[in-house]
Amino acid sequence: MSLVADYGLVLLVLACAFGFFMAWGVGANDVANAMGTSVGSKALTIRQAILIAMLFEFCGAYFAGGEVTETIKNGILDATQIPPDLFILGMMSSLLAAGSWLMIASVKGWPVSTTHSIVGAVIGFGAVGVSVDAVHWGAIGPIVASWVVTPFMSGVIAFGLFLSVQALIMNSDNPFLRAKRYVPMYMFLTGFMVSIMTFSKGLKHVGIDLTTAQSTLLSTGVGLVVALIGVALLSRIRMDDDADKSFHYASVEKVFAILMIFTACSMAFAHGANDVANAVGPLAAVVGAIEAGGDMLIGAKSAVPGWVLLLGAVGIVVGLATYGWKVIATIGKGITELTPSRGFAAELATASTVVTASALGLPVSTTHTLVGAVLGIGLARGIGALNLSVIGKIFTSWVVTLPVGALLSILYFTLLRILFL
Amino acid sequence: MPTNPFVSLFGRSPIGPMQQHMAKAHECAAQLVPFFQAVIAEDWERVEQLQKDMARMENEADKLKKDVRQHLPKSLFLPVPRSDLLDLLSVQDKIPNRAKDIAGLMLGRQMRIPQPLQAPMLAYVSRCVEASAQALKALKELDSLLETGFGGREVALVEKMVEELEEIERDTDRMQISIRRELYALEKELPPVDVMFMYKIIEWIGDVADRAERVGNRLEQLLAR
Repeated sequence: MSLVADYGLVLLVLACAFGFFMAWGVGANDVANAMGTSVGSKALTIRQAILIAMLFEFCGAYFAGGEVTETIKNGILDATQIPPDLFILGMMSSLLAAGSWLMIASVKGWPVSTTHSIVGAVIGFGAVGVSVDAVHWGAIGPIVASWVVTPFMSGVIAFGLFLSVQALIMNSDNPFLRAKRYVPMYMFLTGFMVSIMTFSKGLKHVGIDLTTAQSTLLSTGVGLVVALIGVALLSRIRMDDDADKSFHYASVEKVFAILMIFTACSMAFAHGANDVANAVGPLAAVVGAIEAGGDMLIGAKSAVPGWVLLLGAVGIVVGLATYGWKVIATIGKGITELTPSRGFAAELATASTVVTASALGLPVSTTHTLVGAVLGIGLARGIGALNLSVIGKIFTSWVVTLPVGALLSILYFTLLRILFL
Repeated sequence: MPTNPFVSLFGRSPIGPMQQHMAKAHECAAQLVPFFQAVIAEDWERVEQLQKDMARMENEADKLKKDVRQHLPKSLFLPVPRSDLLDLLSVQDKIPNRAKDIAGLMLGRQMRIPQPLQAPMLAYVSRCVEASAQALKALKELDSLLETGFGGREVALVEKMVEELEEIERDTDRMQISIRRELYALEKELPPVDVMFMYKIIEWIGDVADRAERVGNRLEQLLAR
């Protein structure tokens, strides 16, 4: 127990720094894919996108980030099998490993997921650095399966949403009036989906515990409020006959652009809820171990402290403010083929899927889920052209990231052991 | 900065460039009307100028065509079959080709249109250009078609436009027959070689409408599920 006693504070500060750095990276790079969709379809300006991202990433991270953080903290490794000093060093090396791998990947432009990196890193130091038995192999199965299932699921949802829009709005005699009538329904759905998943699972660490009935009722309320705000905003949208002459659906798209404000919020929320865990999960583990004075049994049982989530949330916001806005602007310029009527479907499908995964405590990749949703719309003949070669690249990076994350984390782990032990 | 993987998921949509190509193709064909007016007025300077313009437009259309083809790799996932799209493009490209042929031949041989044929000929050319205009109109619906996922109301709208196009083409067929008949009545008084080429030109003008109609048919084929 000497490590915790001797270096407890140093380690804590270091872990906080690493965790904050990772969260900064998530804010700087990862958020861009989530928000770029809205900027690209011109539903939001960059300034608006940044403000929404800051607010809702923060809320998502703080209010709904607990479950996934818990999984990274305790779900992957069996903390009782690992000596506390190794556990602390291992979690720190995981942060370093994932951080450096992501840095390399973003310089090279590889579609690497933060989630995959951190999970690979944690498994790596656990299985190789400590012992194969230290890994909850039973828990890895569902996580890896979720990486396959989430893009597929969001693809199916997006496909369905897109077809419903076609049937209810686009293929009617007066798409504009129909859009005004049915779009609030999608707004309700957005508010409802996000809040029910959050209320049913995520609020325990803030001290709110709701029953199923209560959360359903509350979510319905949130959905209704969202829809009402939406109706108010929609009432200001008028038909633009001039624009409609060259493109018949110009006015209809303006209605969907309002809807996209809401789905962008939900997207940022979902992203914050799931991805903040990649940064603060290992940090929470370190904090738990140190606070328990090295007693792993107590450390593992302790809940994720609120301030740890807060640190992650702040890190994301700082990342957005310092660098993320630039990346969002670049991505927005790249994605112009996605009009609001498609963008909203992609965002709502992704947000619903990711929020569900977050409530289940599954760390998933928001970007991959979003790619799945876009493909779903493509399959419904909604997008001009999609580069399928990207799928191959994503798959390759997927297969490469786990072992690389693991290797790097083993490397850092060995280094830290030499340094501290 | 390396390209972001999410951005690279989105390929360049061929819809806009296809529409630009058709717009250029029609622009070239539409020159046939002032061209024939100049021929009838025997203003050979203007005829030459118009022929040059048409050759330039045809060339521009060619470039647009190549550009669309280059940006349609096999790995691209499109809402409509890639081969149908490329077929449509090559049919579109045949319109300015024929228009340029007509202008080239008429300028080269300094062809004069016999006085009794002048008015019907001008009407015939205008009608054929209208066919090309209608094809362009139908093609301009491509972006709306994409918006509705190539289904529903928009498809019905485009089908109606193609029907109109077919109607125009049938009209030009009838006009072609009557002009040929008039030429036949006159042919004994005219130099035989000139007459032969006049028949050729009449046929080629009809080709413009024919090819415009084929654009419409290909477009329909594209929409067929």
